[in-house]
Amino acid sequence: MNIVVLVKQVPDTWSERKLTDADHTLDRDSADAVLDEINERAVEEALLIKEAQGGEVTVITMGPDRATDAIRKALSMGADKAVHLSDPALHGSCAVQTAKVLATLVGTVEGAELVIAGNESTDGRAGAVPAMIAEILGWAQLTQVRKLEVDGTTVRAERETDTGIANLEASLPAVVSVNEKINEPRYPSFKGIMAAKKKPVSTLTIADAGIDASEVGLANATTTVLEAAPKPPRTAGQRVEDDGTGGTKVAEFLVGQKLI
Amino acid sequence: MLDFRLDEDHEALRKTVREFARDEVAPVIGDLYQREEFPYEIVAKMGRTGLFGLPFPEEHGGMGGTYFALCLALEELARVDSSVAITLEAAVSLGAMPLFRFGTREQRERWLPSLCAGEALGAFGLTEPGGGTDAGALRTTARLEDGQWVLNGTKAFITNSGTSITRFVTVAAVTGTRENGKKEISTILVPSGTPGFSVSPKYSKVGWNCSDTHELSLDDCRVPEENLLGERGRGYAQFLQTLDEGRVAIAALSVGLAQGCVDECLRYAGEREAFGHPIGSYQAIQFKIADMEVRTHTARLAYYAAAAKMLRGEPFKREAAIAKLVSSEAAMDNARDATQVFGGYGFMNEFPVGRFYRDAKILEIGEGTSEVQRMLIARDLGL
Ligand SMILES: Cc1cc2nc3c(=O)[nH]c(=O)nc-3n(C[C@H](O)[C@H](O)[C@H](O)COP(=O)(O)OP(=O)(O)OC[C@H]3O[C@@H](n4cnc5c(N)ncnc54)[C@H](O)[C@@H]3O)c2cc1C
Ligand SMILES: Cc1cc2nc3c(=O)[nH]c(=O)nc-3n(C[C@H](O)[C@H](O)[C@H](O)COP(=O)(O)OP(=O)(O)OC[C@H]3O[C@@H](n4cnc5c(N)ncnc54)[C@H](O)[C@@H]3O)c2cc1C
Repeated sequence: MNIVVLVKQVPDTWSERKLTDADHTLDRDSADAVLDEINERAVEEALLIKEAQGGEVTVITMGPDRATDAIRKALSMGADKAVHLSDPALHGSCAVQTAKVLATLVGTVEGAELVIAGNESTDGRAGAVPAMIAEILGWAQLTQVRKLEVDGTTVRAERETDTGIANLEASLPAVVSVNEKINEPRYPSFKGIMAAKKKPVSTLTIADAGIDASEVGLANATTTVLEAAPKPPRTAGQRVEDDGTGGTKVAEFLVGQKLI
Repeated sequence: MLDFRLDEDHEALRKTVREFARDEVAPVIGDLYQREEFPYEIVAKMGRTGLFGLPFPEEHGGMGGTYFALCLALEELARVDSSVAITLEAAVSLGAMPLFRFGTREQRERWLPSLCAGEALGAFGLTEPGGGTDAGALRTTARLEDGQWVLNGTKAFITNSGTSITRFVTVAAVTGTRENGKKEISTILVPSGTPGFSVSPKYSKVGWNCSDTHELSLDDCRVPEENLLGERGRGYAQFLQTLDEGRVAIAALSVGLAQGCVDECLRYAGEREAFGHPIGSYQAIQFKIADMEVRTHTARLAYYAAAAKMLRGEPFKREAAIAKLVSSEAAMDNARDATQVFGGYGFMNEFPVGRFYRDAKILEIGEGTSEVQRMLIARDLGL
């Protein structure tokens, strides 16, 4: 079975992340860029399925030139090939546009029956792209999945939300988005790192992919970011040592704050 | 013509190990260190990532890399923790490498795949309670009797020799006398659990508290004749070669520790305030950290240079000794200065620099003391 994994390069959560003052898009120069951790898990899940059942894993990314590093990482983990859509016209694309573009790219991968994505990226955090792709392709959608099983043409998944766990079943083709409990991603081995260089990566412009420039980019986005401000820093808070009277002290504090 | 940049593959390896150390080692090592526990889980994870197989060919389950790739991994691990790094270093360069280099096809096929996977560990027993530097003076004996080697003697300070995944110790022993009256030294694989081979409880050490170190005794311990590693009488030459490479590896590990000190101090000097300013704004602290960076940088160049010669197949004994000497001293000096920058917190086990301080000293002792390195350099200069 051929699997497509959608991967995104994001600013490293270990470094400071900010938006540009000019157009409130991501300031890509201010932080190291890495393969989104949730996408490492998506790649891992695809590799586990491939190792058990065979097939080919293709990673797709839409992102600037330097997203090749994220692709390289996915390939060194063990993915077979990659499609990289990079075009200045894509700058500032919204989630809807992104989903349309990615759906188009999925369509170019021969024999793709399963798409695995992260449930939510660590930078944009729309948490919507996979569902939108499923809608556009007309495929089954199984989102926020913490456990996945592919059995012939049947996909079974445990979907986890704040309110509980749902057991889902669908027929291929399907789009699955995974959460951070799905697995522990492997680190690329040196053998994998060296092999990655030789794996095929097709780099496309929007014209190559048959996408019209009027459908993408900041100017044509369905939504616009008007203003952005960093979260105020957290204050130190008050520490209560429990010497037997901890409960009382906490209660007094809450009463003082008029919370109880 | 002169280029110290890493190529893409090695840079990617360095980054991967850096992430591994940050995400898998840093969060748990403080507790393990306090409890002096061998890091089994980390070892298993390093195994799955292929670190134990780095310099071995793929046909043996290795990663097809070089000894330098191993050095890079050691540097990045030691930047976070030395016990974990030395566990890898000893496993590869003292455990698996002699077997790969000198072993028969059967010996390699039997042991290497599990060693490369990090599922098994091998150890190297050279040092004895009576002396390590004068390796030729060893007293352990092995005599051939009815197709078996019968070993007797004691080994001291042997790394990775008593874990639950240790599979053998390569023991250096006197196997006879040469025609010129000198000792004939050979190396013999002694599988763990062989009757007559006993492992003493682990030492209580000043540092490297998660690394596994034991005294070993061999008391009429019998192993099959085919457990001889390489040619009979070539033992001395074997471990000289093993130790030359090992020195480059220990140099890389030392550079890692030295770098770890710089990392920690840079962060702390920006955060910690005294007299209303970050301590990093005071020149006394700035100069300390600048000196630490200088030592780290020069030590790294020294081990890169030694590794470059080693990979080209040229004699590298002098460069290896220089690298080991300069980097172990850099590690020791940086650990001392880093502890000073941290003040009282530097003396606390819960801060990494406290661990670095305890872990640094052994670097000037193991795999050839600083005196030995100076002796080797002087001898190589013709003195
Ligand atoms: C600085 C900044 C400015 C923005 N400005 C706008 C704006 O003006 N208007 C607007 O509507 N939106 C804007 N966005 C949202 C942005 O368009 C979305 O980040 C993007 O469309 C993808 O959404 P997401 O990453 O939040 O997706 P999510 O739905 O959170 O991502 C889930 C998964 O989908 C896949 N995926 C998502 N994006 C890609 C990709 N590019 N390539 C491959 N796989 C992918 C990954 O598997 C990912 O884990 C902005 C975001 C940022 C960070
Ligand atoms: C934690 C740890 C792990 C170790 N792991 C291993 C292992 O896995 N395998 C193994 O075989 N060994 C191992 N060792 C042993 C280590 O290699 C030796 O401790 C080291 O080689 C020094 O030997 P020694 O302790 O007998 O010191 P000695 O040889 O007794 O030296 C004592 C002092 O005298 C100096 N000295 C000796 N000869 C001269 C001379 N001619 N001129 C000037 N000065 C001299 C030395 O430099 C040193 O300062 C380990 C040691 C430790 C502490």
